Amino acid sequence: MPGNTAPRGATIEIAGLTKRFGHVTAVDDLTFSVHPGRVTGFLGPNGAGKTTTLRMLLGLVRPTSGRATFDGVRYRRLSRPLMTVGAALEASSFHPGRSARDHLRVYAQAGRVPASRVSAALATVGLAAHADRRVGGYSLGMRQRLGLAFALLGDPGVLVLDEPINGLDPEGIRWIRQFLRRLAAEGRTVLVSSHLLSEVQQSVDDVIVIAKGRLVYAGELAGLASARGRAGQASAPAVIVDSPTRDVLAHALADARLAFEQTGDGFLVSGADAASLGHLAFTSGIELSQLRPATQAGAIEDTFIELVGEGGL
Amino acid sequence: MGPFAAVRAEFTKIFTTHLWWVLALVLLVYLGALTGGLGTLFAGLQSGAIEARGGHVPSFGDLAPPLYSFATSIGYVFPVLFGALVTAGEWRHQTITPTFLANPHRFQVLWAKICSAVVFGAGYGVLALAASVTGGALALRHFGLDPELGEVSTWHLFVRALAAMALWGFVGVGLGVLVPSQAAVIVTILAFTQFVEPLLRLAAAFSVPTADAAKFLPGASSDALVGASFLDLQNSAEGTMVVAHLDWQHGGLMLIVYGAAVTVIGCLTTWRRDVS
Repeated sequence: MPGNTAPRGATIEIAGLTKRFGHVTAVDDLTFSVHPGRVTGFLGPNGAGKTTTLRMLLGLVRPTSGRATFDGVRYRRLSRPLMTVGAALEASSFHPGRSARDHLRVYAQAGRVPASRVSAALATVGLAAHADRRVGGYSLGMRQRLGLAFALLGDPGVLVLDEPINGLDPEGIRWIRQFLRRLAAEGRTVLVSSHLLSEVQQSVDDVIVIAKGRLVYAGELAGLASARGRAGQASAPAVIVDSPTRDVLAHALADARLAFEQTGDGFLVSGADAASLGHLAFTSGIELSQLRPATQAGAIEDTFIELVGEGGL
Repeated sequence: MGPFAAVRAEFTKIFTTHLWWVLALVLLVYLGALTGGLGTLFAGLQSGAIEARGGHVPSFGDLAPPLYSFATSIGYVFPVLFGALVTAGEWRHQTITPTFLANPHRFQVLWAKICSAVVFGAGYGVLALAASVTGGALALRHFGLDPELGEVSTWHLFVRALAAMALWGFVGVGLGVLVPSQAAVIVTILAFTQFVEPLLRLAAAFSVPTADAAKFLPGASSDALVGASFLDLQNSAEGTMVVAHLDWQHGGLMLIVYGAAVTVIGCLTTWRRDVS
């Protein structure tokens, strides 16, 4: 359990990071930084180069060029890496015959982490009761938690988690969101990758978005909505409106020369606000079943998909 | 981090899975049965208790050393498999990722694996000798032959057998680095040790030049280091075979060369590669 004296996180610096596999450029001249005290989402479609980037950051994959450092120090140069950076990369890096406790014991010894951290990490992720069972019998969710326990083993100031929400049940998802927020609040650096914005939208402060190995957005989550303008489309107020008589409403919207598209719950009308649409409906004698501004979340999601679009979502 | 921490972690890895004792158990049963059974046959023939074809009594010479050397000439496959599996198993179960995260100094990890495989190799040597000496000595004594357990030369053979088993652990780690696919390395080891090399040595024994070359084969080098071999029995019985031996120091050196060669080639190829 992270105590009162949680270690302060380092700043992750990625500079000109590139990885080519033969003729394929998996990661293309990436530059961004990740700051302590914040949860940063690392987003992009599957195959965008997220995992390769994280593995280069952790010294597992050799970059073709560029640098990835923690406060200026490469992973391989850290004196006790597990106590500086904790990483959870995939849910299957276990020997199935080993218990969770033994698994962590091995790496505590290898990384010179105090043995007492093994039980502490298991308790933090809620695996204490299953710690002496063979990992081969674990569910995917339990493996995810064990992966997280490995990341927390050295009580590190930096956490790098690759798709940590995959395979968790709803209660587990809620738990990990709160947990990530708490780690960041303690001053740690938290970098969480996901191919689904909606998975991390509720818990991240900043986002890094990549597509086809290139950076397409780096900044605050809220800024992603207005990035839409930069991405080539006007950012305009939008309203969701619906009626029991949809075809009549569609006519009225077309007559008023409003741009609209049909969605699951009515029409998404851009370039108009709720008041003007309410007026239009009233004067046209149309009954409305719904009238509300399109949410910020929706706009962020739209921008995200637009940014990574053609990326093979 | 740190060479001692790395070795300690390797021992914990080994003792928290079943491989080490399963191999030990199979080794004990296999070698005990084989030495006891074949010891009974050869000792029976030599003492005349079992009648050989044609009624003559064959002489195998000094029976005790080759029987005891079953520990290595048959048992060497166990430390090789062990060394290869503790290395290739890391890729098989993807534990290579946490291993390199906990200690990014890959050569230190490799060094720790070699150290632990050498120690376990020697440990398998103790068990293998216990099995072959028990089986062999019981068989010899049963037919009134001398088990030679009081002789200094017998104990020298034991010591050299332990050294050979330790070196085979090293060779195993090297093979596991060179061929990181667990299935492929098991098949390679079993095919080479159980079929390819024995057939090569048998074929080579029909002429002097081939026998001179075959003495450098890994199994032949190991037998040279130990100073006795199962094949000696066959050769002394047939009388038509040519057997060339390295002396024991050079046999040991050849094993080190084999281990170093596979380890270095593996280091330059798979051990440095991207873990993804």
